Amino acid sequence: MLEGKRLLITGILTDGSIAWHTARVAQEEGAEVVLTGFGRAISLTKRSAKRLPTAADVLELDINDPVHMDALVQELGSRWGGLDGALHAIAFAPEDALGGRFLETPAESASIAFLTSAFSYKTLAVGLRPLFKEAGGGALVGLDFDNSLAWPVYDWMGVSKSALESVNRYLARYLGGENIRSNLVAAGPLSTVAAKSIPGFEQLDGLWEIRAPLGWDSSNPEPVAKMACVLLSDFALSTSGEIVHVDGGFHAVAAGITEGL
Amino acid sequence: MERAEIESKLKELLVDELGLDGDKIKSDARFEEDLEVDSLGVVELLMALEDNFGVQIPDEEAESIGTVGEAVDLVVAKLGG
Repeated sequence: MLEGKRLLITGILTDGSIAWHTARVAQEEGAEVVLTGFGRAISLTKRSAKRLPTAADVLELDINDPVHMDALVQELGSRWGGLDGALHAIAFAPEDALGGRFLETPAESASIAFLTSAFSYKTLAVGLRPLFKEAGGGALVGLDFDNSLAWPVYDWMGVSKSALESVNRYLARYLGGENIRSNLVAAGPLSTVAAKSIPGFEQLDGLWEIRAPLGWDSSNPEPVAKMACVLLSDFALSTSGEIVHVDGGFHAVAAGITEGL
Repeated sequence: MERAEIESKLKELLVDELGLDGDKIKSDARFEEDLEVDSLGVVELLMALEDNFGVQIPDEEAESIGTVGEAVDLVVAKLGG
């Protein structure tokens, strides 16, 4: 499905990360991948890179640092000439922006969450634009948690995901003329390292268990990874600005079968 | 692998791969409180154990590791020692 595709995968921490599984499935489907890592977590990313079917190179990328982005684009340019797709799996919110203290969160913390989790999708898109141009187009995919309604504990991360959903639509609008597509996968809760850092995460997990029509296994990122690969592939050539839910059908129902309604 | 060998190999990886202070690594040293390993560091520790000893450590078992000695215990048990 991804034979000959050259993909950039951000956001891998461990071999339990959604991004790691996306890189794995992509390699299995024939893609070449390069990973990016951030700050001191880059040593974790490098460890996980060795656990892929084919060990992948890891380049440093702090998405808020233009120097890193320039170096990354130069390296990918000399390595591949162009780029066919990228996974944005980048998000961060300070501790006081999550966990139920929504009403007390200061503006600075909310801004950091927005910058790193939503604005960064635009930063990545614009940075990689010259490489997509060389390839005659490209596919961007971001990771979302549907925030159409308010959740417990998710707070300003949730607001940032709503912003990401909007950034996704604007990227589709502004980049469509260059044959660059932008889509999101809205996943159900997955118990990754990132998720475990959200206080009260289990509350969400429990909701899915009783409500998702197809059921939901929060320990298995593969269904999400597979959909990300579909969106990165030529099987989604006319899809842009879309949010595809991979959540066991949760978003479509207002109550679960076992909730007695 | 003997326990003593596992212990010295573990100490080596804590210093070389996780950058911890070798003088502070004692059997009863707690990773978070005494060795100042944060949550990302703990994740890296687990992956380093898996890589170096060829074992698999599921999350439920990882929670039993608080001290250096407990990490050795877990690896010893995994290797059937």
